[in-house]
Amino acid sequence: MPGFDFHGLTASFNGERVIGPLSLHVNEGEHVALVGKSGAGKSTLIRLLYDRLESEASLIPQGLGLVNALPVFHNVFMGQLDRHPGWYNALTLIRPFRRDRDTVKALLKELEIPEKQWIPTAALSGGQRQRVAIARAIYRQAPVLLADEPISALDGPMAHLVMKTLTNRFSTSIIALHDVDMALRYCNRIIGIQDGQVALDEAASSLVASDIMSLY
Amino acid sequence: MFSYPTVRASFIFLAIALGGLLVADIAITTANPWQDLGRFFLGVATPNFFSTEGLMTALLRTVAFAFVGVTIGSLAGFLLALGYRFLPVRIFCAFIRSIHELFWALIFLQFFGFHPLTGVLAIAIPYSGIFAKVYSEIFEESDPEPGRLLPPGTGSVSAFLYARIPDCWEQIRTYTSYRLECGLRSSAILGFVGLPTLGFYLESSFSQGMYSDAGAMLILFYILIATLPLWVRPKLLPFYILAAPFFLGDGFPIVWGNVERFFTEDIIPAPLRDGEGLAGLSAWFGDVMVTEALPGIWNTIVLTQIALVATGIISLLAFPLISNHFGGPVRRTSGHVLLVIARSTPEYILAYILLQLWGPSMLPAVVALALHNGGIIGHLIGRQTNTIQLRPDSPTGFTRYSWELVPRVYRSFLAFLFYRWEIIMRETAILGILGIYTLGFYVDSAIQNIRFDRAMVLILITALLNIGVDALGRYIRRKLALQTMQTC
Repeated sequence: MPGFDFHGLTASFNGERVIGPLSLHVNEGEHVALVGKSGAGKSTLIRLLYDRLESEASLIPQGLGLVNALPVFHNVFMGQLDRHPGWYNALTLIRPFRRDRDTVKALLKELEIPEKQWIPTAALSGGQRQRVAIARAIYRQAPVLLADEPISALDGPMAHLVMKTLTNRFSTSIIALHDVDMALRYCNRIIGIQDGQVALDEAASSLVASDIMSLY
Repeated sequence: MFSYPTVRASFIFLAIALGGLLVADIAITTANPWQDLGRFFLGVATPNFFSTEGLMTALLRTVAFAFVGVTIGSLAGFLLALGYRFLPVRIFCAFIRSIHELFWALIFLQFFGFHPLTGVLAIAIPYSGIFAKVYSEIFEESDPEPGRLLPPGTGSVSAFLYARIPDCWEQIRTYTSYRLECGLRSSAILGFVGLPTLGFYLESSFSQGMYSDAGAMLILFYILIATLPLWVRPKLLPFYILAAPFFLGDGFPIVWGNVERFFTEDIIPAPLRDGEGLAGLSAWFGDVMVTEALPGIWNTIVLTQIALVATGIISLLAFPLISNHFGGPVRRTSGHVLLVIARSTPEYILAYILLQLWGPSMLPAVVALALHNGGIIGHLIGRQTNTIQLRPDSPTGFTRYSWELVPRVYRSFLAFLFYRWEIIMRETAILGILGIYTLGFYVDSAIQNIRFDRAMVLILITALLNIGVDALGRYIRRKLALQTMQTC
């Protein structure tokens, strides 16, 4: 089965090893949840995977990486800057084309923030900003999603909506989550990270929440 | 107390300045300095706005030169900022900004003559060097994350437009409008070398003893700068920029023969021109160094160090004037007015006025530099103290000043002061044109004697001195771990 192979992943901070060395194989069609307590190295691992995958992955980092001065539309549009020539992008900055406006609008509607399309992201709440970063990742249409706590600022129903959307839109995903129930519900494989190593790697169907809690 | 590096550094600089005072030429040489000063203030109090129509023209020209010069400078600076990571670009920018506007004007006057281009380039060239440095610092400080998240294959122009510019735009705008204010000051003093701006008008009114005319000019200049936020609006900006070139005046046409002669003959060192070879050149260079450069450098450094410490003292005395922690609203408002006047008057104009009143010595220069720069730093520090929340039962009066506020702002005070060190030195050199024996004096007299080769060598030395002080200032700021912002 085709998929993604990662070998010899390592990362150090100030000479201290925080990740690995570890190897990972992710099959196409898998939705992987990375779980583990904070500081276990989930964010670092997501970064490492993004560096390896680059053109094949959309990334939602924990800091979101939004351009605060730009409106929501342009932040989402940035996901496809590589598909248009420079003049097209420059014109879009001044006056977006109809086609792009409609696509982005539909996407924002799905995430229930259509009315925010022309508002600078600096003026949005934490949950709304998170959804803008999610929209940008979806808009990029990469085959793999890498997300670092993408629902941390969202309330219950919205969190479910976003997880459903993300797992529908991306055939393969690797998502760092601290919410164990969410991980079990929307992902089909759970990888537990402890001290920079894989401490658990099972199909979600064979686990219950208490199995994972031992990691925390 | 001496265990703090900042305090030790302060006392070292204080000692150097006191040593400088011993060797400096500080005196009041005019017969009736206070009477002249009184007449001058009477002139400011009884301004005459209607003596000639020349005043309004001069005001218009001042604004026009500032707009054209700053616009070109910011565009060129923006382009240079894009290549700022390349060492040659950085060196080039450091070099062009280390030469003062007035020196650039003196150079261009020799071959473009009194053509508007002289004034425009005199502002645009050093400003583009400054803009390049500050813009590139702003770019560097912007959040790199959005750029990292762009899909690979995004064009560099698109990436720049989306991930860099919007994030920096506000800072770029603020800094550019601050520079426009500086541009107005630069434009005004270009009049002192004969361009048709306010300085020209001021100099002629002063030399004829028409203090009311000079007073009117100064008052209009303050109003112009104080109302800047009111009349420089983003929507009106394109209009100003397009209109400004038409209000520069005609000046005199450029004689291209002069341009050619300047580069092929005038600035070639005399011994080379006369075919005396390298031996002649080294004798000539030695002569320039001993008779002009070294005395100029010495006086420039002495004056700079005294002015630097005087600036610091004025800043520390001035910041309570606008601080929320002292006095009532009336005192603070008058404090604001005082500081606005101090910092909007170009040091060159202040020095010129004081020199007329007190006669030539280093004193007018020190007072002018300290008032202007102290006004700027005092304003910034005062604003900073307004963000400090003191506990409700904190002491008041002098105890509050010395125990609560000064210790909290002292580091940023030093940061501003060392940041302005290079600016003070650049101004010190230029004040020589007024007759104080700093480097500018020797440059000016070389030009008057039509020895442009010597003038160019002296200007280069001045530039190197400024670059050196800039580097030293940065080194000390890093050593003491002091941080600054650009708009100071």
